[in-house]
Amino acid sequence: MTNQHHDDRPQHLHHHFDTEQQQFDSDKLGMWLFLVTEILLFGGLFVAYAYYRAHHPEVFLYAHKYLDKTLGGINTVVLIASSLTMAWAVRAAQLGQRRLLIILLSLTLLAGFAFLGIKAVEYEHKWKHGLLWGQRFQPEHHEVTDAHQPEPAAEDGAHHAGDRPADQAEVGPVDAEPCSTAGGHDLGGTQLPPTAPGPGGLARLPGETPAVAGEHVVPQPENVHLFFGVYFAMTGLHALHVIAGMIAIFVMVLLAAKGRFGGGYFTPVDLTGLYWHVVDLIWIFLFPLLYLIH
Amino acid sequence: MLEQVKKIVTTFRQGEQVRRGVGHVIPLWVLLGVFIALLALTWLTVAATYVDLGRWNLWIALGIATVKAFLVALYFMHLRYDKLLHGTIFLFAIFFVMLFVGLVLMDSTAYRSELIEDYAPAISEEQGAQP
Repeated sequence: MTNQHHDDRPQHLHHHFDTEQQQFDSDKLGMWLFLVTEILLFGGLFVAYAYYRAHHPEVFLYAHKYLDKTLGGINTVVLIASSLTMAWAVRAAQLGQRRLLIILLSLTLLAGFAFLGIKAVEYEHKWKHGLLWGQRFQPEHHEVTDAHQPEPAAEDGAHHAGDRPADQAEVGPVDAEPCSTAGGHDLGGTQLPPTAPGPGGLARLPGETPAVAGEHVVPQPENVHLFFGVYFAMTGLHALHVIAGMIAIFVMVLLAAKGRFGGGYFTPVDLTGLYWHVVDLIWIFLFPLLYLIH
Repeated sequence: MLEQVKKIVTTFRQGEQVRRGVGHVIPLWVLLGVFIALLALTWLTVAATYVDLGRWNLWIALGIATVKAFLVALYFMHLRYDKLLHGTIFLFAIFFVMLFVGLVLMDSTAYRSELIEDYAPAISEEQGAQP
């Protein structure tokens, strides 16, 4: 029954809802539907990861060594702790514990800053060492290898450009010289055009000094830059979501300070909490998939 | 007279609802217990990488991550105490992601026999293509 007397209704109860319970249930349902879209958004990136790892596990095995497991682990613990403080904050909002609510929301915000700080450290390290996406993937130890490189082992048909420009300016597959092996593959009468050379090339493991020809090193697989493409896309999108969540939490702190939340109305805190937990959920999967590759 | 009575009854009813609150309040010990469990599982995930189990390492890591995800979803996100509709929606999301991954992986291996490994044809200049 619609209430004609608006002064009887609580201030936060919108006119198109009959009761607070109905409004709360509707709000929560809407939020869950939104979270489904978030899960599917990251799902797309996880599919890209799954596809590429299934078909090129050697790239992941090689490239994940560039990632720091300890920092990733600390980030995981930080986010899990922030989930605890967030869930506890929702509880505090329900019970009308205003001071505790503000403290817990602030702790969650702090954890968000810690997470972003560690991420910044990781990203800065990668930037410094040229471990970026696509054509920007130029690991610094490439500078010290000379022009005459032995051919990488176990790659059929593909031949990498022998010359690496000193200034590392145009290192990309299409700018290098076409491959100097015979014209193309010969498959029972069909002549295929020569392959485009990849961006790889014999490289040293991080930290090792350049070797003389003949010394045993692990050859860098082709297309390692794709791992970093996936890495930056997934962690970058995740970090953007963390920032968005932190803005929402900050707004909650302001509203909580005004005393807006109580047993009858804590929905914004609840929904912000749900969003933050989804962000945590995604990291729970990102961490083993990116950092703990065996 | 009747309108005044109605007004009092309506206010009382709404007052009841305001006092009762609209949601289930999760006990603190549940929150802390889930937190400890999540930390323990994180430790387990990291420890498992030091044990070489070949291809099973990936599945163990994913399995532990799934357990953690369900703990977060059921307790931190309140699904255990909510209407079943919310949990159903969440499970549907997971189902569709699995469908997505599964079908893509299945499709990606479907034409494997026609592929030449490591072969990507170079675009020649005669075709007027821009590098």
